[in-house]
Amino acid sequence: MKIQFQLNGKYVQPEIEADMLLLDLVRELGCASVKRGCETANCGLCTVLMDGKPVLSCSVLAARADGHSVTTMEGLQEEAEEAGRFLAEEGGEQCGFCSPGFLMNVLAMERELKHPDEEAIKEYLAGNLCRCSGYMSQLRAVKKYLERKGA
Amino acid sequence: MSGKNWNGPVKGREEELAYNQKVYEAHEKKYVGAPVIKKDAMALVTGKPVYTDDLAPKDCLVVKVLRSPHAHAIVREIETATAEKVPGIECILTWKDVPRNRFTMAGQTYPEPSPYDRLILDQRVRFVGDAVAIVAGGTEKAVDQAMRLIRVKYQVLDAILDFHKAKDSQILVHPEPDWKSLIPVGADNSRNLCACGVEQDGDVDEVLKGCAHVVEQTYHVKANQQAMMETFRAYSYLDTYGRLNVVASTQIPFHARRILAQALDIPKSKVRVVKPRIGGGFGAKQTVVAEVYPAIVTWMTGKPARIVYSRYESQIASSPRHEMEVKVRLGSDENGILQAIDVYTLSNTGAYGEHGPTTVGLSGHKSIPLYRTPKAFRFSYDVVYTNVMSAGAYRGYGATQGIFAVESAVNELADKLHMDPAALRLKNMVREGDVMPAYYGETALSCALDRCMKRAADMIGWKDKYPYRDMGNGKVRGVGVAMAMQGSSISSIDVGSVSMKVNDDGFYTLMVGCSDMGTGCDTVLAQIAADCMDCSYEDIVVYGTDTDISPYDSGSYASSTTYLTGMAVVKTCEKLREKILDKAAEYLECSRDELEFDGRRVYQVGGSKEISLKDIGNQVMCNNCDALSASESHSSPTSPPPFMVGMAEVEIDKETGELELIDYVAAVDCGTVVNPNLARVQTEGGLAQGIGMALYEDVNYSRTGRFMENSLMQYKIPTRQDVGNIRVEFEPSYEPNGPFGAKSIGEIVINTPSPAIASAVRHAVGVTVRELPITPEKICRGMHPENF
Repeated sequence: MKIQFQLNGKYVQPEIEADMLLLDLVRELGCASVKRGCETANCGLCTVLMDGKPVLSCSVLAARADGHSVTTMEGLQEEAEEAGRFLAEEGGEQCGFCSPGFLMNVLAMERELKHPDEEAIKEYLAGNLCRCSGYMSQLRAVKKYLERKGA
Repeated sequence: MSGKNWNGPVKGREEELAYNQKVYEAHEKKYVGAPVIKKDAMALVTGKPVYTDDLAPKDCLVVKVLRSPHAHAIVREIETATAEKVPGIECILTWKDVPRNRFTMAGQTYPEPSPYDRLILDQRVRFVGDAVAIVAGGTEKAVDQAMRLIRVKYQVLDAILDFHKAKDSQILVHPEPDWKSLIPVGADNSRNLCACGVEQDGDVDEVLKGCAHVVEQTYHVKANQQAMMETFRAYSYLDTYGRLNVVASTQIPFHARRILAQALDIPKSKVRVVKPRIGGGFGAKQTVVAEVYPAIVTWMTGKPARIVYSRYESQIASSPRHEMEVKVRLGSDENGILQAIDVYTLSNTGAYGEHGPTTVGLSGHKSIPLYRTPKAFRFSYDVVYTNVMSAGAYRGYGATQGIFAVESAVNELADKLHMDPAALRLKNMVREGDVMPAYYGETALSCALDRCMKRAADMIGWKDKYPYRDMGNGKVRGVGVAMAMQGSSISSIDVGSVSMKVNDDGFYTLMVGCSDMGTGCDTVLAQIAADCMDCSYEDIVVYGTDTDISPYDSGSYASSTTYLTGMAVVKTCEKLREKILDKAAEYLECSRDELEFDGRRVYQVGGSKEISLKDIGNQVMCNNCDALSASESHSSPTSPPPFMVGMAEVEIDKETGELELIDYVAAVDCGTVVNPNLARVQTEGGLAQGIGMALYEDVNYSRTGRFMENSLMQYKIPTRQDVGNIRVEFEPSYEPNGPFGAKSIGEIVINTPSPAIASAVRHAVGVTVRELPITPEKICRGMHPENF
């Protein structure tokens, strides 16, 4: 079937199979930042924004993107650089494989929550697994990012 | 939200440069010790396509493995004709199609201690998930359909699922006559033994008889999964010269080259292995788990091929920790001075022997030497084959299992003596300058374990919290402590090498053979190089790893890279500085002895002649007979241990056994800290992994040998809500044999949580859990045995 949606601000009209997952579609369309860490909706690596809201693209059929707007980190490079630098300054990205999904959710959290405390941050990001960092550096980075000048 | 350039170069380099400059200046203008940003960080955090599967050509064949549903069986018939008719299927390989050379998938220096017990596909399958057929096709759909259409007739055999019953069982996991052990590790396939041995000093039994107090207990660590976020994956293609190129998420590119050549029975010169960015390894990728499958498909079809393990496959058919049961006998006098330690380890290597003979060694070699006082020790072990998934290398590499056992036994001894376990350790622990008989007779030239103990105790407030505090709301808090050590590289075996050259304008290229797997070794090595060359960190371009280009390095494992490859950097830089001086002497037409190099220019001491490195770099590109490059290797006759102390505070619900980790503190002696950020995150990450192992990550097999925790739904690695608060501080010593005084950090950090948390639980509610993980159910059963 043919669907049409906005991917990172550009209209795309891919031909897809009915059982295709959004994760595989966006990767096929060049958005390699979107990773698969499990196939059971546990790890958060495949997080993308659909109409501005974070979704797990491993658990969304590609067909459901029809008529919607999908944003991956490829479409949020400036924001990713800004938030990502805080993570890099803590050495918290480590292998980096979970970083795009994690940062996509951090960006979504920033829009959704006003002045979240530590517990709220942990809860919002609980679905983003990381095996390298032990999460402490991520928390330090997120707090500094949210408290940055001009925010 | 508007469309930005997809995957353009990272912008904002100025901020990164400014940050690095700031931390460099704050650290007395030295890079070693400064928390600079990782070389690859900005590419990673902005999601650039730098990992194996991002780089794979789009026209790669999809490769999958058909896996055995039986724990032990012979493939009697395998019918693939129907499956081959599925449109798009390129090939289906069975045991009849692969070379008959046995090899090991363990990434170790040749001759490997791990036995040669593998074929790419074997007629005998030895665990649920073992490879039966390789299917390659144009699309995943076609491959999946073909896999369903392959008909296999199995002759199902009795299986060994209990590792206590493996040694000398009637059932043999490896009866094949071409099974081979290359070096004497006590392996015997007719007894299901992958290795066995005894080491001792003094008469343990005699000394134990005279002890006032003896603890004798058995501890059980399960086959935990590394669960790195990027599962196993590789792709392969033939290059212009008909050579097999394999791009793999691996920690061991050079060993992988050898293993692939052995497995495919082709010359090593025909194989090239390239490592791009890796999404985590933790030892899992010190075994060639997945590479052989696309490689053989490419070699046979000439077409590019790619395999990406699902999380399910990564859970059921990979290279987890060796399950070990460790029996400890520990004796002390009335004052708590340890007299003897006796450790027996039974290790389960599973269906194949990868890392079996070596991991077991660390269960004794990295636990017993924590104590200086014993007059006698014995360490004996058996490593057995069974019909479960093969084990491999996992951060800690056997030390983790041994330390859980010995440290738990020491904690139990302290409780028996009504003595503070921190105080008991201060009486017994290894000190700087001690000879360690159970650690190859090496001397601890750098050891701040005593300072680590005091620091950790201060951090957690041990004095006020030990042993427990009833919170008055049905909850009680307990604290526990454990020590740990590891090594820094495998002594007299591992090789670290780099080569470095001066380019035009005087920037350097540092080619490394080790494997940055996210740990940041490319960065750390560049920091060392920058200080050696008195140049900016930004002037060092790091390239790794490509077996055609990089100098030989045994790989990133055994906590070797900073210590060993770091030393290779130091040696290489010394050589390169000499060469720069030689070249300058030639250009300045004066004696080399008159010259000095300050990193930017070579100048005549007390004279007026000088030439900049930039001019030298450009000038050697014209009429030059001596390349301005150097390459050095390094091996170490010793493996200096890093040391650390971890302390845990847990809160337990007295009714339900629910456990909350309140606080975990650690004080670490890894010698000189080369990059405080990266060392800290290594420690925090290792502790979190250790906490997962201690509390959540369970491993169970069904009665038919099926691995139960086969997804991240069941195999619960900790989330950010499960690890409590982790706090880390450093107590550096100075290791004279390490680069700038550095030792290792990567592995030791996973070792303390299990014994420290187990002891905290025991102090809180009096329940002793000796089999991991420490679940609320086990605590509850221990508190309320009458209810169960």
